[in-house]
Amino acid sequence: MEMQDLRLDGNAIGGLMLELVGADLTASTCVCGGCGAHEEMARLDVYTGAGIVVRCRHCEAVMIRIVQGRGRTWLDLSGTASLELGSAP
Amino acid sequence: MAGAAVLGRLTWLGAEVAAVVPETPRVRTLELYAPGWLGHRAGQHLDLRLTAEDGYQAQRSYSIASAPGDSLTLTVERLDDGEVSPYLVDEAREGDMVELRGPIGGYFVWDGNETEPVLLVAGGSGVVPLMAMARHRSRIGSTAPMRLLFSSRTLEDVIYREELERLAAEGDGFEVVHTLTREQPPGWTGYSRRIDPELLAEVAFPAHERPRVYVCGSTRFVDAAADGLIELGYEPAWIRTERFGATGS
Amino acid sequence: MVFSRGFRGKRREGPPDRVPPGQYLTDDFPVLSAGPTPHTPLDEWTFTIQGGAEPVTWTWDEFRALPSETPTVDIHCVTRWSKLDTVWEGVSVDTLLEAVEHDASYAVAFCDGGYTTNLPLEDLTGGKAWVAYSYDGDDLDPEHGGPARLLVPHLYFWKSAKWVRGLSLRDEDEPGFWESNGYHLRGDPWLEQRYWGD
Repeated sequence: MEMQDLRLDGNAIGGLMLELVGADLTASTCVCGGCGAHEEMARLDVYTGAGIVVRCRHCEAVMIRIVQGRGRTWLDLSGTASLELGSAP
Repeated sequence: MAGAAVLGRLTWLGAEVAAVVPETPRVRTLELYAPGWLGHRAGQHLDLRLTAEDGYQAQRSYSIASAPGDSLTLTVERLDDGEVSPYLVDEAREGDMVELRGPIGGYFVWDGNETEPVLLVAGGSGVVPLMAMARHRSRIGSTAPMRLLFSSRTLEDVIYREELERLAAEGDGFEVVHTLTREQPPGWTGYSRRIDPELLAEVAFPAHERPRVYVCGSTRFVDAAADGLIELGYEPAWIRTERFGATGS
Repeated sequence: MVFSRGFRGKRREGPPDRVPPGQYLTDDFPVLSAGPTPHTPLDEWTFTIQGGAEPVTWTWDEFRALPSETPTVDIHCVTRWSKLDTVWEGVSVDTLLEAVEHDASYAVAFCDGGYTTNLPLEDLTGGKAWVAYSYDGDDLDPEHGGPARLLVPHLYFWKSAKWVRGLSLRDEDEPGFWESNGYHLRGDPWLEQRYWGD
């Protein structure tokens, strides 16, 4: 399996984010805390390690980290300067 | 609207396999009967969950193949080392139960309200959400030019081959261009290589037409197609992409 | 619960003395990653231990000249797969620490790409940890952490940091990339220490 194929995009976590925040964020604008780039979540890079890591496509900074287990979820948005909620369905 | 609709999409719905339709040796379409399913937009996907007898669960995302308004169908490719796809392609039969959540996706969608030309670029089972768009276009009688550039390994692997021929034969502005990357039948006059900038230059709408583009397939496929289109002068903002792991889900 | 007739999944149970609670056996070697694969050329690669009396650094050639071992170990990923009898080659962390004068109790492993993980020195010494450059008889694949990764098989495999470039010795336990966001500070699979509070 090619390493590149392990990199997905924000579409892949659409269901997860819907579950976590109650909104479909795939078309929501996210601002990178590292370089300030604005992209819809669908245009961010998603990696699956021990947990999920969402990175800025421009500067590779970590924007979001998600760990889930035993019914708990840890959501780190510290690398995301701003996240738009409530996009049109 | 917002509250009930969102809650509906958040909950897992039981769904029954209503029909199974083989598409290619590795690919099968499943028609699902899910009371409570709220409908979807072309291009969206859903999450599907299986529960084993002992409670073990596995969950994957699948693009919705059907047009909005038609019976809900998924088209799934068997991944050799997959956990869910072998079950869906080889084992599941009418009457079996799965759970669904969704629809999901507000970015990789085409509603047909736009009039600009649409270029669809599909790598293998990446064709599924794009087929939903093509089916939707036909259903609503859109005349926006839509062209599908479809990369498959062999002719036998071309998913929806007959239906695509029929849609293209309607003469209403839908076209299909195939490329077979691994093996071509005798007399094949189509493309026989992986998508590259030269191929895109011959197939894609000229950039001055400002088309909308949807690219779906493996990460490597999507990145190559998107980069190739940008070399042709396409704006990144016109190009919407959805990456599958490996070849499918 | 909605059951799917005939669905089993791929998991295999294993002998309970080899497979920790909540784990399943796998024959493949799943690749998980927190980011893009780094590609540091070997002539630029170094391994450094900092935080001791002085930093100590090895180049690739110097590192490969150190005495090595070939441990065969079981590995356990917090995502629930376990793989038994994996064969590695690498330099024992004990060997590396012998070159450094220090009185630290903890370390943070740091890596190309920015990943970090924390460990008590107790978990890195006494023959329990290596910096490995070979898996299953071949050079370690970049997708599995090559040219070199940390190998600490008695803890969950997120501690076996890929693309490791050094250890930063500390007096206190400082949570790394995953430990600061839900994963357990120590990660002992036999005590099922997966998450905070376990």
